[in-house]
Amino acid sequence: MLEIKDIEKLAKLARIELTREEMQRLLKEVDPILDYVTQLKEIVSKIGEEKKAGELRNVVRNDENQNETGANTKNIVAGMPNSQDNYLKVEKIL
Amino acid sequence: MNVKNLMTEDLLKKNNMVIDLKNLTIKKAHDSLVTGEYTSVELATAYLEQIKKSDKDIHAYLSVFNDVIPQAKKADEIIKSGKAGMLTGIPIAVKDNILIKDKIATSASKILENYVATYDATVIEKLKKEGVVFLGKTNMDEFAMGGSTENSAYGPTKNPHDLERVPGGSSGGSAASVAGNMALVALGSDTGGSIRQPASFCGIVGLKPTYGAVSRYGVMAMGSSLDQIGPFGKTVEDAEILFNVIKGQDRMDSTTIPDKKDEKLSINKLKIGVPRDFLKIGGIDKDIIQNFEDSLSKLKKLGHEIVDIELPNLKYSLAVYYVIVPAEVSSNMARYDGMRYGKRVSGATGIEDYFLSRQAGLGREVKRRIILGTYVLSSGYYDAYYNKANIVREIIKEDYKKAFKKVDIIATPTTPGIAFKIGEKIDDPLQMYLEDIFTVPINLAGVPAISIPSGTKKIDGKDLPIGIQFIADYSREDKLFFVGKNFLGEL
Repeated sequence: MLEIKDIEKLAKLARIELTREEMQRLLKEVDPILDYVTQLKEIVSKIGEEKKAGELRNVVRNDENQNETGANTKNIVAGMPNSQDNYLKVEKIL
Repeated sequence: MNVKNLMTEDLLKKNNMVIDLKNLTIKKAHDSLVTGEYTSVELATAYLEQIKKSDKDIHAYLSVFNDVIPQAKKADEIIKSGKAGMLTGIPIAVKDNILIKDKIATSASKILENYVATYDATVIEKLKKEGVVFLGKTNMDEFAMGGSTENSAYGPTKNPHDLERVPGGSSGGSAASVAGNMALVALGSDTGGSIRQPASFCGIVGLKPTYGAVSRYGVMAMGSSLDQIGPFGKTVEDAEILFNVIKGQDRMDSTTIPDKKDEKLSINKLKIGVPRDFLKIGGIDKDIIQNFEDSLSKLKKLGHEIVDIELPNLKYSLAVYYVIVPAEVSSNMARYDGMRYGKRVSGATGIEDYFLSRQAGLGREVKRRIILGTYVLSSGYYDAYYNKANIVREIIKEDYKKAFKKVDIIATPTTPGIAFKIGEKIDDPLQMYLEDIFTVPINLAGVPAISIPSGTKKIDGKDLPIGIQFIADYSREDKLFFVGKNFLGEL
C-alpha cells in the first residue's frame, strides 16, 4: 500500500507539482493497478528467473554531423518559449 | 463575397453529385483522377465540405490545414504530367503525434499547444514524395495514452455511428475521420491497440505492423518498445497500399528492420488458430463471442482450416503491459519540461519552471502513468516490477513463436465489447485498461495484427460495429492482407 508521502516523493522525482486533491486521487487510482501487476512476482517464481529479457543488437552509424550546421536553427528558435540572439533563455537554476 | 469563395462553392455543388465518398477507395479515386473524371482539387474540396458538415459533431480533427487546395493543385500537376502514383492526390488524415514540418503538432496535450514541427516524420516524407494531400491532424488521447480519445486536452471525439459513444483510442480521431468520410485513409499509432481498437469501434480496417516495419522517426514516443505507426482504411486493400508506401528500414530509426523480400504467398488456404482458453477470460460481451464464432464459420466456408491452439501465458499480458508502458512513459515524457519548446509556466527558479509547466501542461492520465512509471523504476522496486515484466514478456513472445510453427494466422475478437459510452469508464483506469486484453499481447510480442469489420450489434436502433483481429508471424503482413481481403470479399 502506498501512502500520500510516497506519491509526494514520486511527484518530486518526476518534476510535477501536484495539488493535495490530485495526490489523493492518484493514490486511489495507482494502488489497484499496482495490486494488479503484483501477480508478476508469482508468475516469475513459477517459471523461474532463468529467462533473459530481449534480444540485444547494436545499431551503429558513422560519427558525423547529421544536419548542416544552422539548417534548422531558425525554426527551432522560433519554437522556444523564451529566447534571445539565437539562445534559449531560462531562469537561473539556483 | 469574393470570387474565390464562389468558385469553391461551385466546385462543391459539382462534387456532391459526382463523388461518392462513402464507397470510395484509393484505387477508385486513383482511376478517377487519372482518367480526369474529377481532379484532386475537387476530391479534396469534397472532403473539406464533409469535414465542415460533420466535424462540429464528431470532432475528429484538431486542425484542418489551410493549404489543402494548394497541395491538391500540386497533385493535379503531377497527374497531368502522367507521373501519378497510386497515392497522388489522395486525401489523408494524420494523427497529431506524427510531425509534419511547419504544422502544429500537439499530441492532444496542452504542453504542446502551439508547438510547430520543425521537420517531417519519415512516414510523412514518404507520403509527400507520393504527392498525397494532407487534410489535417486528428484528435487522440493525450500522447496516445488511453483507449477512448477522452483523454484529449481538446475534448473527446465522438463515434460516427453513435455520437454518444467513444470512437476508441488512442487514434480515435483518425478512425472517426475515415469512418465519417472525412478522409479517405489515415495514419495512426498503436502501442497496445490504439489503431485496431478504434478501427473495430468505428467499423473500418486498421493495421498494426510488425515492430520495426515502419520508421518512427518524427512520431512522439510513448512506449518505445511497443509503438508502431500504421494505416486506417475502409478496405484491406487501402490499408495495404498505404502500408507498402510507409514501411521500410530508416537510418533515422535504429529499431527499423530490413524489408522482407516480397515472397509471393503460395498457399491460399490458411491454417487459422483460435486460442480458446484465452477467449474464456471474463467480461467478454456474449454478442462479440457469437459474432466471432460466426466469423470462424465463414472462414471455414472460405476453405480455411480452423484449429484450436494454446497461448497459455497471454493472460499475463496486461500485468506486463501496465508495468512496461508506464516505465517507458515516465522516461519518454521527461522531455516535456517547458524549456525548449511548448508551454512554459514561469516560477521563481528554473527548477520551479519544470514543476509548474508539467503541472499545467500534462493531463490526468499522463500524470498517472508518469507517477506509476517513476514508482516501478525506482530503486528497490525496479527488480520487482520492471525486470519481472520483461521476463514474462519473453514467455509471451515464445507462446506466439510456438503457435506460428503450427498455424499461419491467429484469430481473436479485437475487443471484448462494442464502443462504450462517453464517460462510462473514464473514472476507472483499471477497467479501461482491461479493454485492451486482446490487442496488448501483440505489441508485447511485436508481431503484426489487423482489425477487420465483422458485423454489428444493434443497440437503441443503432448498428454498432464489431471487429475481428487476425495476427500473423513477424513480417507476414501479406498473410493478414490475404485473409482480410478474403474475409471481406475483396478478392
